[in-house]
Amino acid sequence: MTQSLLHQILDYANRADPYPLYEELRRTPVHHEGGDGPYVISTYYEIRSLLHDPRISSDARNLASQAGDPLPEAPQGEGALPPGFLKLDPPEHDRLRRMTNRPFGPPHSPRRVDGMRPELHDIVTGLIDGIGDPGRIDLVEQFSYPFPVTVICRLLGVPREDEARFHVWADTLAASLDPDPDADSAERGKGAHDARMQLGMYLAGLIEERRKNPGDDMLSQLATAEGEDGPMTTMELLSTAALLLIAGHETTVNLITNGMLTLLRHPDVLERLRTEPRLAAPLVEELLRFEPPVQLVPQRTTLADIEVRGVTIPKGAALWLVLASGNRDPKRFTDPDRFDPDRPDIQHLGLGSGIHSCFGAPLARLETQLALSELARRLENPRLLQDPPPYRQNAVLRGPRELQIACDGIRP
Amino acid sequence: MRGDGALERLGREGRIVVVGASLAGLRAAEALRDEGFAGSLTVIGDEPHEPYDRPPLSKQVLLGRASAGRTALPRLRAVDATWRLGVAASGLDMAAGLVRLADGDEVPYDRLLIATGVRARPWPQEAEAELDGVFVLRTSDDSAALARRLDAGPERVLVIGAGFTGSEIASACRERGLPVTVAERGAAPLVGALGGVVGAVAADMQREGGVDLRCGVMVTALEGDASGRVRAARLSDGSTVETDVVVVSLGATRNTEWLAGSGLGAGPRGIACDAGCRAFDIRGIVTDDIYAAGDVARCPHPLFGYQFLALEHWGNAVAQARIAAHNMLSESAERVPHMEVPSFWSAQFGVNIKSVGVPSMATEILITQGSLESRRFVGVYGYQGRVIGAVSFDHGRWLPFYQELIETTAPFPPPFATVDRRPGGQRPVDADFPDPSVPTHGPTVTLSGYSPADRRTTFTPAH
Repeated sequence: MTQSLLHQILDYANRADPYPLYEELRRTPVHHEGGDGPYVISTYYEIRSLLHDPRISSDARNLASQAGDPLPEAPQGEGALPPGFLKLDPPEHDRLRRMTNRPFGPPHSPRRVDGMRPELHDIVTGLIDGIGDPGRIDLVEQFSYPFPVTVICRLLGVPREDEARFHVWADTLAASLDPDPDADSAERGKGAHDARMQLGMYLAGLIEERRKNPGDDMLSQLATAEGEDGPMTTMELLSTAALLLIAGHETTVNLITNGMLTLLRHPDVLERLRTEPRLAAPLVEELLRFEPPVQLVPQRTTLADIEVRGVTIPKGAALWLVLASGNRDPKRFTDPDRFDPDRPDIQHLGLGSGIHSCFGAPLARLETQLALSELARRLENPRLLQDPPPYRQNAVLRGPRELQIACDGIRP
Repeated sequence: MRGDGALERLGREGRIVVVGASLAGLRAAEALRDEGFAGSLTVIGDEPHEPYDRPPLSKQVLLGRASAGRTALPRLRAVDATWRLGVAASGLDMAAGLVRLADGDEVPYDRLLIATGVRARPWPQEAEAELDGVFVLRTSDDSAALARRLDAGPERVLVIGAGFTGSEIASACRERGLPVTVAERGAAPLVGALGGVVGAVAADMQREGGVDLRCGVMVTALEGDASGRVRAARLSDGSTVETDVVVVSLGATRNTEWLAGSGLGAGPRGIACDAGCRAFDIRGIVTDDIYAAGDVARCPHPLFGYQFLALEHWGNAVAQARIAAHNMLSESAERVPHMEVPSFWSAQFGVNIKSVGVPSMATEILITQGSLESRRFVGVYGYQGRVIGAVSFDHGRWLPFYQELIETTAPFPPPFATVDRRPGGQRPVDADFPDPSVPTHGPTVTLSGYSPADRRTTFTPAH
């Protein structure tokens, strides 16, 4: 039996290289397999336009049928966290994002991210120093995972030693983002619900503590802020903290791992990065185009009947925006399947666009630039031991589960 | 390549002169080299400075966060040009193909690009304009001088005119804690560009920001003391404002006087050109060797009834510069039109304002997202049943969508539901622009002669 195109994209067998399937998908810019199934948008200009379209909602409550929702929310039971601002529309979204931004970025905290540079550098150096046997390195385990986790813990003020506890909840919640057609959605919904609740209780304890003894971390600042928008309610604070912890956890790992994998497949670029540190910034942008860690945005719906490329998408339909496919659209990028860090005019979709564009983008960019530069500089003659590496199940947050590499030594 | 190879020769060894060394002039020079132009390139500018950026002059510079001397525009590439800075162009001889300079020099051209922009309209009473403490704000020197005076901590600043520049200046002064009075002839700030509905929000912003805002009044006289320092301003409502700094923000005048008598279609409203930036002569015939770009150019826009639009917008200057550069090196079939949808932005009183399209053409406005009360909203402008413009206050990320509505002549009012549509935004209202039937310019061209052979057009400046 031939699988539907959507099934093939979600099928784990195609995880290592979904790009030929995206190419096929782009032949039908608005792809719909009938019934409650999602309308899948795969071409650059259409995705970009929909990301700025106020008729598109991020709030799952606007879906006509939950059957079309790949990520059904568990029923809002006692103690359940409300959705984070990622899954809210304005004005609530704007208010929470604005308040969260106060301690994080301009105009109120313009130097927050850049001020972390020395600290980030120390963490990277520490991790590389601790690699041990250069003949067999799992880059995910030994570097790309611990780095952003340590960073987000420091930024939020979450004790690093609690990592083992929230790692399990974060994993469960990240997995719940995966629209796996074969999984039992009720079962998964319950698991996600429980994980969210436990994470919420854990964070509630932490926030209580921060209220009493505020530090200069973001949780303290969010818990004690009194801006023009007033304070966040405790529930808003919890769901925002959970969002930051998980998003700061599960995406940069993939970006760094995808980055190293791509560089090892393009040794000439790796060598350039070693000698040309200024290449890091454009290289990370090209990486966000070429192998974005968030492959698709599956949680959008329409507030009205809208027409896209001659197809009317009915009100309340589920909408998937395949960012990774738009990034390889030949109508927008010349020779899109080529990894080219010198590419001019690289307005990729890797971090989204519009009001939901990646909140953590400045931090993710800086982390990845530092990580890849230092790996390139210090690993001597690095090479892949397995290509392609084994991937994680997730089709939305796509990245290798492990990346086995070897090198001749670690430079000081 | 068609023809006798003249275009190839131009590209190889031609002479291109750019008059105007600001944003449009610099970007055009760069674009000419990008297009492969290998001949001689001369850039003429009346200011002694390297090309610099203007948006910071009314914002960061006045706040003391940037220095006026340090807003030089980044060079996108080497242009290998002869720079004639600090000397103004004083005349144009179209028949001989040369530009005259104020120092007596003459610069011959095969292709000419005029990007002389605009200058601040000065205070009309010359003696009063000369008073110490009376400023305009257009150039980097203007901005440096005003910033120095604000540093000295004046007792009060009076801003005459509450357009975008005037409002930004008032905002910067308030941010520095200086007492500010704004005098505006219209009913509200920004009313000419955005209409009275949005203007009322801008008025609230100013008043809440601590500005002493006076609307519906004109400044009738500036008074100085014995030492020639400005001391007070008299207003048409009979009141007096005591002030030691006056900033005159009454809009801009296009720098076209040097073209008087040249026969080019240039006047107070700019240089008329076609959609490909080729200038018209005053007989309405398009020239093939003279182009205009930036604030001084007036182009017909197909999306807005082929109206000749002159825009003082940063993005417009960049786009026209590229188009003019491309077209002057291209065969007719390869030329490209300037069809960008106008857009601009401003920052004042902590609010980011963006606009697309031509709101001032509109009659109605509908708030489609957010609310006027919260000062976070998108307003859509309608004209004869179609969307013609949009403005956002702290909602800029939605504007690309509204630009698409303008580009596709979507119906007004937009019929669909949006995120963040409030009850107040269900119905369009009168956008409340000043009456367009009141003329602001007199005739500028007269005809003479009877037989077709005698028929002449003569430029007659309005006063």
